[in-house]
Amino acid sequence: MSKVFIALQTNEDSRPIVEAILADNPLAEADYQPAMVKVSAEDTLVIKRETIEELIGRDYDLQEIQVNMITMSGYLDEDEDEFRLSWKN
Amino acid sequence: MDMQVKKKKLGLKEKYAHMTRGLDWQPSYQTKEAVFPYATYEGIKVHDWDKWEDPFRLTMDAYWKYQAEKERKLYAVLDAFAQNNGHLGLTDARYLNAVKLFLTGISPLEYMAHRGFATAGRNFPGVGPRVACLMQAVDEIRHSQTQIHAISNYNKYYNGFHDFKHMLERVWYLSVPKSFFDDAFSAGPFEWMVAIGFSFEYVLTNLLFVPFMSGAAYNGDMATVTFGFSAQSDEARHMTLGLECIKFMLEQDPDNVPIVQKWIDKWAWRGVRVLSLVSMMMDYMLPKRVMSWKEAWEIYFEQNGGALFNDLARYGIKMPECLSRASIDKEHASHQTWSILYQYGGAAAFHTFMPSDEEMDWLSAKYPNTFDKYYRERFTYWREQEQKGNRFYNNTLPMLCQVCQVPMAVTEPDNMLQISYRESDYKGEKYHTCSDGCKQIFDDEPEKYIQAWLPVHQIYMGNCFPEGTDPTVEGFDPLAKVLEWYHLVPGKDNMDYNGSEDQKNFNAWRGLATKND
Repeated sequence: MSKVFIALQTNEDSRPIVEAILADNPLAEADYQPAMVKVSAEDTLVIKRETIEELIGRDYDLQEIQVNMITMSGYLDEDEDEFRLSWKN
Repeated sequence: MDMQVKKKKLGLKEKYAHMTRGLDWQPSYQTKEAVFPYATYEGIKVHDWDKWEDPFRLTMDAYWKYQAEKERKLYAVLDAFAQNNGHLGLTDARYLNAVKLFLTGISPLEYMAHRGFATAGRNFPGVGPRVACLMQAVDEIRHSQTQIHAISNYNKYYNGFHDFKHMLERVWYLSVPKSFFDDAFSAGPFEWMVAIGFSFEYVLTNLLFVPFMSGAAYNGDMATVTFGFSAQSDEARHMTLGLECIKFMLEQDPDNVPIVQKWIDKWAWRGVRVLSLVSMMMDYMLPKRVMSWKEAWEIYFEQNGGALFNDLARYGIKMPECLSRASIDKEHASHQTWSILYQYGGAAAFHTFMPSDEEMDWLSAKYPNTFDKYYRERFTYWREQEQKGNRFYNNTLPMLCQVCQVPMAVTEPDNMLQISYRESDYKGEKYHTCSDGCKQIFDDEPEKYIQAWLPVHQIYMGNCFPEGTDPTVEGFDPLAKVLEWYHLVPGKDNMDYNGSEDQKNFNAWRGLATKND
């Protein structure tokens, strides 16, 4: 097992994203560092469009994450509904 | 951000297929080999370019939209920073020396990366990587431009920011990052992707941008942290491209595995050596520190890189051997590199300084195995000498490694009293390298590395003086002439931070900002 992670700038755009990740991935942990937040989990991390939309009250395109993303680790698979990071082993 | 999201007519996967695959065409009046002449000579075998997929499934229309949003955010912050005298909110102007190193050593490489990805994109026969390389080429020129714009604000107030491009091509330690990119750029398109796309972007860029930019935020440098994170938001895409490229090569043909392994070994080690400059930025140049170089190495290389190599093991890829040495060097890299820059601080393009007692205590706590044992006494002695008016400047020139170009002042991993060096013979000449990693790289392609432009050798050959210099005149001062050729004014742009113009100005301006008289 290896960890995957995504780091985002800390701002009002990414606050609901982090909230959604923590809600959808019970084993994920958020680590707040100066100006950034890094969310990691063992093996897989999923970001769901629907959860973010519920939190922000508007339609959301997962590609908007591009604007606030700092770095990530793991293989990515992205479609309209999910942004999924995992190690395939 | 308040973005309007329209209902999509096409799904992401479908749209990606149309706007990458669907844009390709087959040449009719030229052969494919003639259109893509560099696609095969490196020995990488590709059977099906359509197997290449960008996991972000980013298409050009979405790319422009999000990049424009990033630019708007960035330039709003830069304006606010300049309008509100943001530079006076820094922890200390000592910090700016890290920014000078960034501007001279890193920003021009972003431009080189732009050229490299444009070239790689041109040379790949597959449309998937061509589109991804095009986006990365545009990203890289954006990074170069935004960094120059952000940092230009400091050029209005502080020394050393005046001529970064001129310096990159001349100043001795800047040949370390410059030669790294020149080496990659002069390789073929697949090696370029392993060098920059994979080793640099995926394995090493986190060590440069993440802890350093967090450090900039910690030290009140809003301009740098904003361009840093704006750039880094592209890096996540670059890392993904690098990783996809490796996976693609490994899956296309088993014959590719040993070639890829050799490149990974080479570029991981080249990267480690370049990053020694970052190690000293983190441990010595940030007045307020976020984490030590060693901690950053453990998180971003050992854990994150470890996870990656565990995964690549299924293709038969092994962790590069030279990295076991890097795990020992992590305890020494920043201290030894800072020692080099400190003693050659009379020829650097920024100010150097010894750490305070409090900073040395921090270093002891972060490096319990090495700092007190090997470095504290030397640094304390240098500081005492400086206080007595006897600041130590080394006036001899160090030998450089033929491959990484780092001065040979790094010790053997198992013997701190022995400088690490290796020797190779080629066509009747001796060549010196700093480590087994660099020696292997040299021995594999000697014809390439004997052409290296080594700053110290060039100075001795008389190639680093302003035009018309006569080195035979009595009382000739070679260092003064080299600095003139570098466009550096001794004492103003370099030497010790204590007593510098930057120090005096910053303290005076900050005093004015907080008092009424």
